[in-house]
Amino acid sequence: MSNPSELELSRRGVLTVGAVTAIGVSAPVLAASENATTGASTPTIPVSFEVNGKAEHLSLDPRTTLLDALREHLHLTGTKKGCDHGQCGACTVLVGGVRINSCLTLAAMHEGDTITTIEGLGSPEKLHPMQAAFVKHDGYQCGYCTPGQICSAVAVLDEIKRGVPSHVSANLTDRPRATGAEMRERMSGNICRCGAYSNIAEAMAEVAGARA
Amino acid sequence: MKAFTFERATSVQDAAAKAGSVQGARFIAGGTNLLDLMKIEVETPTHLIDVNGLGFDKIEKTREGGVRIGALVSNTALAADMRIRRDYGVLSRALLAGASGQLRNKATTAGNLLQRTRCPYFYDTNQACNKRKPGSGCAAIGGYSRQLAVIGSSDKCIATHPSDMAVAMRVLDATVETVDGAGQTRTIPIADFHRLPGDTPHIDTNLKAGEFITAVTLPRPLGGEHVYEKVRDRASYAFALVSVAAVIQRDGTGRVAVGGVAHKPWRIEAADAAMPQGPQAIASRLLAGARPTHENAFKVPLVERTLAAVISEARAA
Ligand SMILES: Cc1cc2nc3c(=O)[nH]c(=O)nc-3n(C[C@H](O)[C@H](O)[C@H](O)COP(=O)(O)OP(=O)(O)OC[C@H]3O[C@@H](n4cnc5c(N)ncnc54)[C@H](O)[C@@H]3O)c2cc1C
Ligand code: SF4
Ligand code: FES
Ligand code: FES
Repeated sequence: MSNPSELELSRRGVLTVGAVTAIGVSAPVLAASENATTGASTPTIPVSFEVNGKAEHLSLDPRTTLLDALREHLHLTGTKKGCDHGQCGACTVLVGGVRINSCLTLAAMHEGDTITTIEGLGSPEKLHPMQAAFVKHDGYQCGYCTPGQICSAVAVLDEIKRGVPSHVSANLTDRPRATGAEMRERMSGNICRCGAYSNIAEAMAEVAGARA
Repeated sequence: MKAFTFERATSVQDAAAKAGSVQGARFIAGGTNLLDLMKIEVETPTHLIDVNGLGFDKIEKTREGGVRIGALVSNTALAADMRIRRDYGVLSRALLAGASGQLRNKATTAGNLLQRTRCPYFYDTNQACNKRKPGSGCAAIGGYSRQLAVIGSSDKCIATHPSDMAVAMRVLDATVETVDGAGQTRTIPIADFHRLPGDTPHIDTNLKAGEFITAVTLPRPLGGEHVYEKVRDRASYAFALVSVAAVIQRDGTGRVAVGGVAHKPWRIEAADAAMPQGPQAIASRLLAGARPTHENAFKVPLVERTLAAVISEARAA
């Protein structure tokens, strides 16, 4: 990351201070950690995409994932990093309306794409119906998985509407319906450490029912 | 992650030529396997060629009455295609049993075929692994091998191929179409695509350096009942311990391939021929010569039981 954000800098600053008091070395600590993440000579690459309706132009180390571009460069920290390996769904965002794990894709692979994060779905003044339903049904405890859950849930209802079948669809050629079993299977890529699953399912059922 | 340079490919010819000639260059499609492995430095490419702008994202009819699936068609788009759902149901079922909704939206047909093993020691760079580091040994032999192979393994590697999709493609006799940097095209039957580990477990497939997969072709529909049964440690979002892909005709004949047991999707002619004789006859032919470990011996009876479930499901349909 050649353009460390203020956020990154301040966090690293804190870490460096900690390290200094612990081992009594000053400047080299920061230099070493900078080198470890930037590599000496990787050229940055330009990438432009639209995030929540706003055109963004970045110049990034090619290693930057879409997740890190959103959080560390655009300061859209609603999207969360859980596992960073495609296993938990905390980083789920919509690209062209389709849900993906933003941790397992490079920002540079999204030139020209249209990205929606939890910040773009709704605002505190004007919640997306799925956000409102999560609030109403207590679809969270700590809230860490919630942005990913909500983005995923919105996309799941769209996938059902578009007729994408699932592992639990009894007949492959029938139109799938937004049943509890269908929604639970389709949400299996979003893990909740707090176990808010049943309330998430209720929130989704309410939105699905209201739309049907 | 190690540093690399990055380019967006604009021509398949240039991309293949570059991948074949630049040391350490790799294609990236969905990125869901390659980036995962790059983060832990199991994969360390020096140059990435993003192939997502090249097209190859259509599912078309072939002159022979089958379908040609573009290499970049996503796993979701493939599973949801009405022709696949109707005529090749085993393939839709296998795809939908794999990974998660988010991952299937990104994962591509070619990337899925080329995904690497989930052997835990392959992922742990502190451990000996002949697949990751040729000649270093195999920590899985005598180690934690519950998920690993029971047949076709070698004393160098007992890993399995983790793809669900590939097992269905094996039962459907799919063909992989490729082009290389010189513009040469070729077709590889899926049976010859993945390799057994032998003495070279670091080589997963018979693709040459820089060879680009353009499509996977399926022959004419087979009819019959299509079943994919996946047995795993939880009901969703887990790799197979054992999976069975089968196409079964009304008279009980048919064909079957098994996943989770070998370094490639496992299919044996004699087992296909034994289909009308039932699960025990089929399983004994499929797994003749199996060499399970102490920890994964359960897979042998599990294959037979899964076959029994598949056959009764096909009958009930
Ligand atoms: C948490 C998790 C759970 C999963 N669960 C399952 C599961 O249950 N079942 C299952 O089957 N899979 C599962 N997967 C694996 C997933 O299916 C693969 O990661 C995916 O299919 C890889 O496709 P990709 O397009 O993202 O490949 P990439 O990561 O882009 O590429 C993989 C490899 O293919 C090469 N490549 C890509 N395209 C081409 C081409 N056209 N020609 C030549 N080479 C090419 C790349 O160079 C790379 O070496 C899981 C993955 C994760 C992270
Ligand atoms: S089984 Fe294969 S992949 Fe696993 S440790 Fe042994 S050599 Fe590596
Ligand atoms: S952070 Fe991306 S799936 Fe866990
Ligand atoms: S609300 Fe805490 S992880 Fe889901």
